[in-house]
Amino acid sequence: MKLVKDLSALYEAIAAVQELYLPVENKGRVDFKLYEAGANVDIKTLKTVRSAKDFFFTQTETLMGFKVEGKNIEVEDLRPEVRPFVAFGVRGCDARSFEVLDKVFLVDPVDTVYEARRKAGTVVTLACGRPEETCFCTNFGITPEAPAGDVTTWLTEEGLYWQANTDKGEALTAAIAAVFTEGDGKAVEEQKKAISDIIAKLPLANLDMTHLEGVKEETFWGHPVWKDISETCLACGTCTYVCPTCQCYDVRDFDCGNGIERFRCWDSCMYSDFTRMAHGNNRNTQDQRCRQRYLHKLVYFPRRNEGMFGCVGCGRCVAKCPSKLNIVKVIKALGGK
Amino acid sequence: MNNETLIPKVGIVTDIRIDTPDVKTFRVERPEGGKVFEHMPGQCAMLSVPGVGEGMFSITSSPTNTEYMEFSIKKCGCVTNWLHAMEVGQMITVRGPYGKNFPVDTEFKGKDLLFIAGGIGLAPLRSVINYCRHYRDQYGKIDIVYGSRSMDDLVDYNEIIEEWCHDTGVSVHLTIDREQEGWDGHVGFVPNFVKELGFDTNKVAIICGPPIMIKFTLAGLQELGFDKTQVYTTMELKMKCAVGKCGRCNIGHKYVCKDGPVFRCDELDELPDEY
Amino acid sequence: MQEMIKSKLAELLSTGAVTKVIGWKRGENFYDVSPAAFESVESLADFVYDDFCGANLSKFLVKEPGKESKVAVVLKPCDTFSLNQLIKENRVNRENIFVLGVPCEGKLSEEKMRVMGIVGLTGCKVEGDKVTVETLYGTETLDKNDVLLTKCATCHSKKHVIFDELIGETGEDSDVDRFVGVAELEAMSEDERYEFWRNELSRCIRCNACRNACPACTCEKCVFDNDASGVAAKSNANSFEENMFHIIRAYHVAGRCTDCGECSRVCPQHIPLHLLNRKFIKDINTFYGDFQAGADAESEHPLVHFTENDPEPSIVKEGK
Repeated sequence: MKLVKDLSALYEAIAAVQELYLPVENKGRVDFKLYEAGANVDIKTLKTVRSAKDFFFTQTETLMGFKVEGKNIEVEDLRPEVRPFVAFGVRGCDARSFEVLDKVFLVDPVDTVYEARRKAGTVVTLACGRPEETCFCTNFGITPEAPAGDVTTWLTEEGLYWQANTDKGEALTAAIAAVFTEGDGKAVEEQKKAISDIIAKLPLANLDMTHLEGVKEETFWGHPVWKDISETCLACGTCTYVCPTCQCYDVRDFDCGNGIERFRCWDSCMYSDFTRMAHGNNRNTQDQRCRQRYLHKLVYFPRRNEGMFGCVGCGRCVAKCPSKLNIVKVIKALGGK
Repeated sequence: MNNETLIPKVGIVTDIRIDTPDVKTFRVERPEGGKVFEHMPGQCAMLSVPGVGEGMFSITSSPTNTEYMEFSIKKCGCVTNWLHAMEVGQMITVRGPYGKNFPVDTEFKGKDLLFIAGGIGLAPLRSVINYCRHYRDQYGKIDIVYGSRSMDDLVDYNEIIEEWCHDTGVSVHLTIDREQEGWDGHVGFVPNFVKELGFDTNKVAIICGPPIMIKFTLAGLQELGFDKTQVYTTMELKMKCAVGKCGRCNIGHKYVCKDGPVFRCDELDELPDEY
Repeated sequence: MQEMIKSKLAELLSTGAVTKVIGWKRGENFYDVSPAAFESVESLADFVYDDFCGANLSKFLVKEPGKESKVAVVLKPCDTFSLNQLIKENRVNRENIFVLGVPCEGKLSEEKMRVMGIVGLTGCKVEGDKVTVETLYGTETLDKNDVLLTKCATCHSKKHVIFDELIGETGEDSDVDRFVGVAELEAMSEDERYEFWRNELSRCIRCNACRNACPACTCEKCVFDNDASGVAAKSNANSFEENMFHIIRAYHVAGRCTDCGECSRVCPQHIPLHLLNRKFIKDINTFYGDFQAGADAESEHPLVHFTENDPEPSIVKEGK
């Protein structure tokens, strides 16, 4: 099995052939950043604050510009140039989130910017050496001990074990062949076993989800949980912005002084203006907005996508909500627990 | 230029008609002439003014019009205020067509049609009405019930009086909410007027107007014996992308921009009441 | 302590003195404590008051118009300053609120534990100035000071400035120098300071948690939510504009910020936003004499109170 003993050499080798993004620490927070020599790479911290969705669905991106002169308008295509890149250190939950996002952005009509990035990106996942109490990905059939991806890696004491899974993964492996040695892979099997043992102890690893199977909107429409959580929901966008599957966006114009740029940016259904129109708002209260967010993930999305949930159990909302409200509490409440 | 759905084409406004104190109808063509794109009745387009914003509007003209598209727009917010202030020759951006159209070539074919509109709700129906008038022999009897707050708020009044009223097999029934000098037609709300007119149920009904009017009209039609599967309507919610991705115009698991805006009323029954 | 609070709240609900209690509710584990509304004595079974009740509940008293029934709220000393400020600004109606003051020895942050590399948290015990944390990967003993919420590490007062009833005793103003962090920033060169803030704010995801948790941010319509303002944005059109969000917000709460520290507590990126506000507080103290927003519910703050002797400090420097 392929093994990398010197991680810096690996980063340098990848960065020499493609743009490399990987988890970098900044003041105790870890997020994916473009690799540069001397970067404070941190692949031990389990979760980046922002999810990996940024790789394909960027928080803000300018799509077009308008030159306005008198009554005339000229449209300029300002879609970003997309170069091949490697996303290194993606966890299994985030890797699954790409499949969820695909169901939105790659269905007709295809979002061309997202599609270009998906084609350009090689995803190198990293097994979750130390799952945390906020994790519940196993409820969605995700295997943190052997995450999906173009390449799967395991960080062991021997070094980083490397397994290419797809053509893209093989191509990357071939391009950096010099960094690999061979290992016996025993450490990988040991790590998989250790991860499984920890998962067995995770408090949220075995949620009862049976009440969510094949349900329709009406089942949970008038449920008291919406009012309960909305009482202390601050209506901020933390849950949506750290969520790997939240994909709602806004389109806005920005006057640059010498022209108008129209950009697409993340939006949050928790915000009061999300559905506000000139003549009214069909989700006027926070309980309606909370219902929208959770039913979107648990009912609406599965109804449109053969039962696939719009949640991957990464647990970021569990860790980050300022009021400690999260989808686990909702799943439990909807099940009467 | 591209196949990215969010990037629009440019259209030029070649005519502006003042319909009512707060409704204008804009004629839009490509700068070099001709329609910006083809559409079917009931479909919508995203119109925008760079720097001001973008909004979804139903295409008011019939696809049978080969030269231009028309949009009847009520002044009610940021973008519409701007549109109302502009002059002929102004360029705007247009993208589309979006959404499902009325089933004019399938379910409507060969049937008697009953159009019921309130206020600006006539805008989306005008496209269907004129399409059916164009292919007159393919449809049965056409009834149009149209009501507004006052005489002055009836959109497309001239076209109704000068064209629709003279078509064979087309009956137009107008009403306004309150008595008004110079009006000798019917006075009263649309839902009641529909009941008074008492249509036979062997037809398809198409309703568009304010939500409350749709609700009461549907109830009235049901009293007359209509089934919800015979009644169509068209919806409007906040939209940004118009392609089922930005995530806000949903009613339950359906997106109005993509799965609608045209719905058969029994389909709405399966959706939660959040519109 | 928790049981004493609970029985008082039960009494308030059962006698009809209040119809609702705003408190904290136990969730999945030791640190999972949610602000919550309780409307019946039975629901108080889940009420909790412990080392993880860091949230300032005063913000939840800001009601939409029309909601006027009497509410009991459980407030720690620092939270009472926020309530006073809200009363001063007519954002809550004092008549409709029963304040139950509760003592505080500093609240803990499980996020700080995570940053220290202590993960897989399953249990926690506080004994004196030591905290013993159980995790999926073993047991760790920590100094309590190291895992206090940032706002608690520099607590400015353990005195309740407004209450209807106290459980336990109220405390005194603290002698901790809370301006140490500000002094460090002031000691930097301009370029260093600029780099410091650009780096800190570069992590912002524009979730608005700081604004929405802030008891001083109670505008019915925030300028950043107003399409017509020209600055409304959910996300940055460029990164400098993004930074302006925090700077404008700090200006807007200057003189009104009680230093409750919620902005930094709720930030998912742990940006030390409280330092911006504290710089204003320090400057106000320096220029106009010591002033503590929320110390009472009446006094005008110095920035809205002109006197002829006011200094006129300027950020504009000649030469550069």
